[in-house]
Formats: sequence, C-alpha cells, structure tokens
Amino acid sequence: MVCESWNTKFDTYLDGEVPQEEMRSFHAHLHNCPSCASDALSRVQLKRAIQVAGKRFSPSTSFRQRVQNTIAPKRRRSSRLTWAFAAAAVAILVVATLSSGYLGNRSGRDQVFSEIADLHVATLASSSPVDVISTDRHTVKPWFQGRIPFAFNLPELQNTDFSLMGGRMTYLEQAPGAHLIYDVRKHHISVFVFQERSLPAKLSDSSLKPGKLSFNMETWNQGGLRYFVIGDASAADINRLVNLLKGAA
Amino acid sequence: MFYYVDVSGANRQLDSFEELAMPLFDPLYNFAHWLTQNREEAEDLVQETFAKALKGFSSFQLGTNFRAWMYRILRNTFLTSRTGLKATMTVPLEGEEEERLEPAERDTPETILFARSSHETLQKAIDELPVHFREILLLCEVEEMSYQEISETLSVPIGTVMSRLSRARQSLRNRLRPDFQAAGTRAIAKRTDVKGTDHGL
Repeated sequence: MVCESWNTKFDTYLDGEVPQEEMRSFHAHLHNCPSCASDALSRVQLKRAIQVAGKRFSPSTSFRQRVQNTIAPKRRRSSRLTWAFAAAAVAILVVATLSSGYLGNRSGRDQVFSEIADLHVATLASSSPVDVISTDRHTVKPWFQGRIPFAFNLPELQNTDFSLMGGRMTYLEQAPGAHLIYDVRKHHISVFVFQERSLPAKLSDSSLKPGKLSFNMETWNQGGLRYFVIGDASAADINRLVNLLKGAA
Repeated sequence: MFYYVDVSGANRQLDSFEELAMPLFDPLYNFAHWLTQNREEAEDLVQETFAKALKGFSSFQLGTNFRAWMYRILRNTFLTSRTGLKATMTVPLEGEEEERLEPAERDTPETILFARSSHETLQKAIDELPVHFREILLLCEVEEMSYQEISETLSVPIGTVMSRLSRARQSLRNRLRPDFQAAGTRAIAKRTDVKGTDHGL
C-alpha cells in the first residue's frame, strides 16, 4: 500500500518537482524498499539514456553563420558616414557629460530600481511565485546550479524571525539572476542576486524607497555580486536580513 | 527559404538579442530537427524562428523566460507549417487536461532491458512517438526544463504537463519492451516477405 501511494509520483520525484518534504519521505522510502529502488533506478537510466540519445542533431557551420548574419547588427558603414556619426556622437557626448551626466546615471539607476520593484510585485502576485519551494537553504542554493552563471551563499536562519520560502530564476535587463523570497511576520521580502558586471547601470550601495512605492529597499555589492533586498517589511527588518546575507556571503 | 531581417535601428537591443539567442541556436536546431524529422525543414524552421523572435524582441517582457519564449515561437511556427499540421492531425483528441496521473506501471526485469538496447533503438522509439509526446519528452529530458518552463513553452497548465509527460514516458517504455520490438521486427520481416513475393511475380 505504501508503494502504491508513491506510484503516481515516481517520475515527478525523479524530475525534482515534488515539494521538499515529500522528497525526503520518498527518499527514505526508497532506502527501505528494494522494489521501488529498482524501479527508480530503471527510470533514472531511461532518463539518462533519453538525454544522451536526444542530443542527436547539430547544425552545420554554414547554416549557423547564415542565421547569425541575419540577426547581427550591421556594424559597417561607409567611412564618410562613420566619420560623420563619430563627430556627432563625440559632440553629443561632450554636451551630455557636461550638462546631464549625473542625471543620466540617476535615470539608469532609477530604472533598475523600478524594475526590481516590478519583479517583486509581479512575482508575489503570481500563482506560483517560486520554482523551488523549500525552507532549506541547502536545497534552494543547489537548485540554481547550472541555471545561473554564478554561485552565492545563503544565511542560516535558525533563531531569527526570517524563514526562506524558496526561489526562482529571474532576469533584469536580460541578465540572469536569482530571486529568493523570505518571510518575516507575514511580510514577504524579495532578495535578488545578479552579477554586477551584467547590470546596465552603475549602482552605489544604498537604502532607499524606490519611486512612490511604499517598499523599503537596500542594495550593495559584495564579491562581484549585486544584491537587492526589497519588501514592505519595516526598514529594521530589511536591514536585519541584509546583515544576515552579508554575513553569509 | 531566406528571411531578410531589417537591422536598422537600436543596435544595443540587437546586440542583446544576438547575445541571448545564439547560445540557444544548437539546442533549438536539435529540437527543430526532432520535430520536423528533416534537415532542410529544420533549418527553415530555425531560421524563421530567429527572424520572428528578432522582429518581436521589443515586445519580449523583461523578467520572463527568454528560453521558453524562443521555444514557444519555434513550436508555434512548426505547428502552422505543413509538416506540423500533418503531425498534429494524427494526435488523438483526448481529455488529458482533466486526466489524473495513472499509477506508474511497474518495470519488470524484462522492461529494464532497455538499458541494453542500442542508442539507435532509443532514438527510433523517440522518433516514432506522436509529436506531442516527443516534444514534451525532449523539453524535459534533453533541455532539462522545469515543469513551469514547459508549461510556458507549450502554453498548457502544469497539470497537463505532468499527465502528458507521464503518458509520453509510458508510451516510450512500451516501445522499448522486447516483445514490442520483436513484434515490430516480425511485422517488418513479414512485409519484406510479401514484397519479395510480389517482386518475384
């Protein structure tokens, strides 16, 4: 009977798509049930075999080049036009730098903060805000392996008011990053982690309220990674979570 | 077929598209070839996908999944192609959305024999799957997409992803059973005999 209760979830379990608690129970069951363990092994073998057999076709170099040529921006212009554009660009750059360089940078920075706020709100409004649902940092962190091009550490939350709800992949200006959601006294806080060099605007470490929204946000750079912490929790709570993250990084 | 793409305009955006899209070129081509089962059609499909994606890149919403977006364009393009229409016409109309997951069939030692079956046998079995089973299996196992990503790519609810995937796997396992393969071999042999007789006449 115990085996039957797992029967419908065998593949879902092997795909890593069942909640963490069920995952542990399933894992424990496999340790004690040779029949299910054998079944799981054959399914894993089939998964691996499909993965290898499925990578079957490769495009030719000439076809790749042809497509790349159609999507690559045209970078060559006639030399006369190039000089004209270059002169105009230099003139514009000088004027822009002298008159509104500061404003331009602030505008880029504000845009990033607005997008962070949008990502936070849109994710919480979603019916499935996280792709990996777990309160265990040792489950959430490994989930990002192979999904984002960098690694980061998460803090131990024992004896704190914070709890981890899970995580998902996210994009900011086409840069991939990690989005983690924490809970503190029924307030949800988003933590975003990106590679600093992949972000479009130069940001300084700061605490602020983005736009006219009633969120508290903190951002800082640590080890080449840019962290954003945003939520409607109090500034003190946000700051406590920031310190925990800084301690873990 | 060749698609001209107007690249005048914002170069920064085009750079971004190229940077984002080209790493997906090989896996998209592989997926296209599995769908179309033909090299030339796969090339046309990939080329059209890139042209459409570039054209619609300004409408791509930041914060959403670019990979799922590209695969969705490719799949939708395939479904409206002649090969795609033909392939989907053979798909049985089943109420899979409401279907519960059936208990998995126990694999006996005989069915585990697939591990010993050749690479080509497995590729042939995948090839023979109906296109809606083939595509979901490849997205899950080869592209290692999460159920959420597959749901976005195929524009179906996660429940449908789970039930369709389960049935795709079952269908593949059935095709890899020794008795299924033996039956297939006998059928081929029989057809060859008949052909041989006809030829003799």
